[in-house]
Amino acid sequence: MKEIRWHGRGGQGAKTVSQVLAQINLREGKYVQAFPEFGPERSGAPIRAYNRISDEEILVHSAVYSPDLAVIVDESLLTSEKPTDGLHPDGTLVVNTSCSTEEIRTRTGFKGKIVVLDADRIGREAGTGFANIPMLGAVAAVLGTAWSIVEEEVRRTMGERISKEMLDKNITALRAAYDAAKKGVAGG
Amino acid sequence: MRKVMTGHKAVAEAMRQIEPDVVAVYPITPQSEIAEYYADYVHDGIVHTELVPVESEHSAMSACVGAAAAGARVMTATSSQGLALLVEVLYIAAGMRLPIVMALANRSLSAPINIHCDHSDAYLARDAGAFQVFCESAQEVYDYTLIAQRIAEHDKIRLPGIVNLDGFSLTHTSQVVEPLEDAVAKKFVGVFKPVHPLLDVDKPVTWGPFAMPDYYFELKRAQQAAIEEVPTVFLDVQKAFAKTSGRAYAGFVEKYRLDDADRALVVLGSTAGTAKIAVDALRSKGEKVGLLKVWLYRPFPYQAVASALERVKHVAVLDRAISFGAMGALYSDVATSLVRSQVRPALHNYIYGLGGRDITAEQLAEVLVGLEKVHPDEVLRYIGLRE
Repeated sequence: MKEIRWHGRGGQGAKTVSQVLAQINLREGKYVQAFPEFGPERSGAPIRAYNRISDEEILVHSAVYSPDLAVIVDESLLTSEKPTDGLHPDGTLVVNTSCSTEEIRTRTGFKGKIVVLDADRIGREAGTGFANIPMLGAVAAVLGTAWSIVEEEVRRTMGERISKEMLDKNITALRAAYDAAKKGVAGG
Repeated sequence: MRKVMTGHKAVAEAMRQIEPDVVAVYPITPQSEIAEYYADYVHDGIVHTELVPVESEHSAMSACVGAAAAGARVMTATSSQGLALLVEVLYIAAGMRLPIVMALANRSLSAPINIHCDHSDAYLARDAGAFQVFCESAQEVYDYTLIAQRIAEHDKIRLPGIVNLDGFSLTHTSQVVEPLEDAVAKKFVGVFKPVHPLLDVDKPVTWGPFAMPDYYFELKRAQQAAIEEVPTVFLDVQKAFAKTSGRAYAGFVEKYRLDDADRALVVLGSTAGTAKIAVDALRSKGEKVGLLKVWLYRPFPYQAVASALERVKHVAVLDRAISFGAMGALYSDVATSLVRSQVRPALHNYIYGLGGRDITAEQLAEVLVGLEKVHPDEVLRYIGLRE
């Protein structure tokens, strides 16, 4: 079973993409859980969301304490939220940043795998202004999910909420981040 | 087809397929999304239900009582303080023998105010006369909502039923659920046939009359007779559902690796899943431990619990609420179950998870590991509490 912890701020869509990630992995034949940190949510306040992904039925209903992946949607949380707490030593830290892997390693002291991508820039250039979809693409790449499934599920789930034009822009951002993370996984 | 959905959505999907004539509901965390999903179905014309957006839970259950007496199929949902407010009318629904099925998104009671899970609300409704089922997963929430509807509407029962789902850990967690096809679900639940409906003006009847000391007692005895029929009907409906769905539900309780266990946990709700992880971990080290999960909480299945536990040596009963000034409610039921057994386990009572305090497989394993050394006495012990 893989456990994932998302760090974002209320309104950035971390919870939304954690749910899309669950859909993607269901398509892969996995058992999944997606849940937000339980409690009142305020725009801009730090929030966490979680995923569990497994080949077998998931029975556990407790919180996630030692994730295999920590995903930082908002770089400012890198120091204030201690996102490497409990992160498995062989796990992966995925960070939305313009900094290099080495800089993030120095800042966090994390010895496992680090994947960096500038999801803010990717979102801006694609015209969406959101970092959550690029971060979803990065996580899917880290998990080794085939691109076709990622695209199809994002189109299906997000297509209900946004216009065709905005959906296409999101897919562009998703693809750019997916490719960037693939390179990061190979290199970092 | 397998889908990903929250516990909320699992309830709403079952309700959509049941398609009650009337849903009267008031929002409260962590229930609100059930009402929101259902309101969407009504708005989009997917269901033909009269949605009554009442001004309180007391009014919600009152509207349900009125609609059910009129002859409608009726459902609602609530949580915590909402349950506390409507419980007065829940007694009336049971006394009037009205088959109203209600999802209860389990949440603590104030004060202090807290929106998270425990079972205080379910225990508050314990003696109201509704049958109650607890669910481990969103799949069970979906399944038992359909099952509860058919039990509630059974000729011999006609009582309100409560389907409990843990707040947040089930309501807000997206999980894999495999719903039935609409036609299959609708056929399973069946067409609702009201009994002596008020709106049948050709055959006028009186509902909810005054009862003096000369009749009140007999009516209450009749109500007890009705709830005593639930176990038989529960097994029949559960069996029919297992056949329809292919899911292996059988019995009032689920026995997990219990056959040769010398130590066991007894739990309600989603903690059963976490407890299975604890049991598996200890079993892999050769420890003989098991779990008893109770599905049917009211009426309480005393005999099934006794036969499942009497050969176990040490049993920890876990209550997710304090019954202030007494042992835990589930503990008391388990103790009653075993009182006539010739051989019976040493019983222990643990309180856990109040106000959403997390409970982990490691904590549950810890309870099982030391259990034979704990002195059996009428003392509450606590899991995960800072003292």
